[in-house]
Amino acid sequence: MVIAVTGLNAIDSPGPGVAVIRALREGLPQPLRIIGLSYETLEPGIYLNDVADKTYQIPYPAAGTEALLKRLEYIHAKENIDLIIPNFDAELFNFVKLAPTLFSMGIKTFIPSMEQIDSRDKTNLVQFGLKTGLAVPQDCSMYSAAELYGAGEQMGYPLVIKGKFYEAEVCYTLEQAQKAFYKLSAKWGLPVIAQQFIKGMELNIAVLGDGKGNAISIIPMRKLYITDKGKAWSGITLEDDSLIQLAQQFVQATHWKGGCELEIMRTPEGKPYIMEINPRFPAWIYLTAAAGQNQPAALAKLATGEQLQPFTTYDVGKIFIRYSWDHIIDVSTFQQFSATGENN
Amino acid sequence: MVIKKNIATSESGFIFNPSTGDSFSANPMANEIIQLLKDGLTITEIKTKITNRYDVDLLHLEKDLDGFFLQLREANLLDN
Repeated sequence: MVIAVTGLNAIDSPGPGVAVIRALREGLPQPLRIIGLSYETLEPGIYLNDVADKTYQIPYPAAGTEALLKRLEYIHAKENIDLIIPNFDAELFNFVKLAPTLFSMGIKTFIPSMEQIDSRDKTNLVQFGLKTGLAVPQDCSMYSAAELYGAGEQMGYPLVIKGKFYEAEVCYTLEQAQKAFYKLSAKWGLPVIAQQFIKGMELNIAVLGDGKGNAISIIPMRKLYITDKGKAWSGITLEDDSLIQLAQQFVQATHWKGGCELEIMRTPEGKPYIMEINPRFPAWIYLTAAAGQNQPAALAKLATGEQLQPFTTYDVGKIFIRYSWDHIIDVSTFQQFSATGENN
Repeated sequence: MVIKKNIATSESGFIFNPSTGDSFSANPMANEIIQLLKDGLTITEIKTKITNRYDVDLLHLEKDLDGFFLQLREANLLDN
């Protein structure tokens, strides 16, 4: 089986690709060939041993579907890819659009539809909550800083000011909120989202849906160590039936196809709010394999038509601890990839 | 005073709450009391057991136990 994987940027704010590959290698039989797809030349996963068998550079998402398809046709001619697992939010649109064409070429994907991706977008989260009956915080999409007055009156302070794609700041005053608005709108564009602040315990759930309303795997995790970018540097699997039920409810309501991550805030009273839904595997996805539910391997099996029953057990108390490592390569290796867009 | 059923403890005094991922280290005395709670003893029975086994006056023990149970509650280790 030949599987192409993106998200090889195993950096301080890591893409999930290296973890996905690690899980695939552990959970799928040989022969298995992994093709890395990278956007930049210094993504660590390109150069790490025993990660990708070969990596090709692909055009940035902004280049559009035509450029991506052209590049994938070239790679497919050489590698005969069976399955592509995209791992970035920003590239999903192109892969969803290309999915039928890729399928006709013999390349499978197992990703959500455009409607599913749009419905969970942070600008549509309140409507998503109303439609599915799941608890989500109030929010307000803002196209001007003047709208902050109304948002503050409606939801009270503190407010969470969020960028359209990434980043969020907790603001305790109107002045702080205005500063965050200008910063995040300059960086990520409009709208900027003002979200109700929910106090509680931050939890995450990795979920794999089969596209028919069944959750094949659900692993809840709590971050034990968080970087200054809010990323998990360490985390532990939890035993919590309410989180499992919440994820099942989410998959049943959306018929989610593929991997995703639910970001949850559980209030001191025990009520779980869905704060955000990431439409792809999280960077900590290898923990699902370590806990006994290998989600990337299960996704590959689903994509190739295998019928899977939902996992029913996992190990509680499995901890991941991320680490950094100075991997050494020769400039000739870097030169090869930089000049040709593929390594040996 | 009932300790949550799913709380895991070890002989070394390590306490793990699988619902929250929190873990704690208990000293030998605290660990012994937790084991007694897990065995289903009432507070009165625990007091009797401790005063019989150790050289401690009841008033002092009650004060320490109150503080300890408060810590257990704050750590979310007790059933409501």
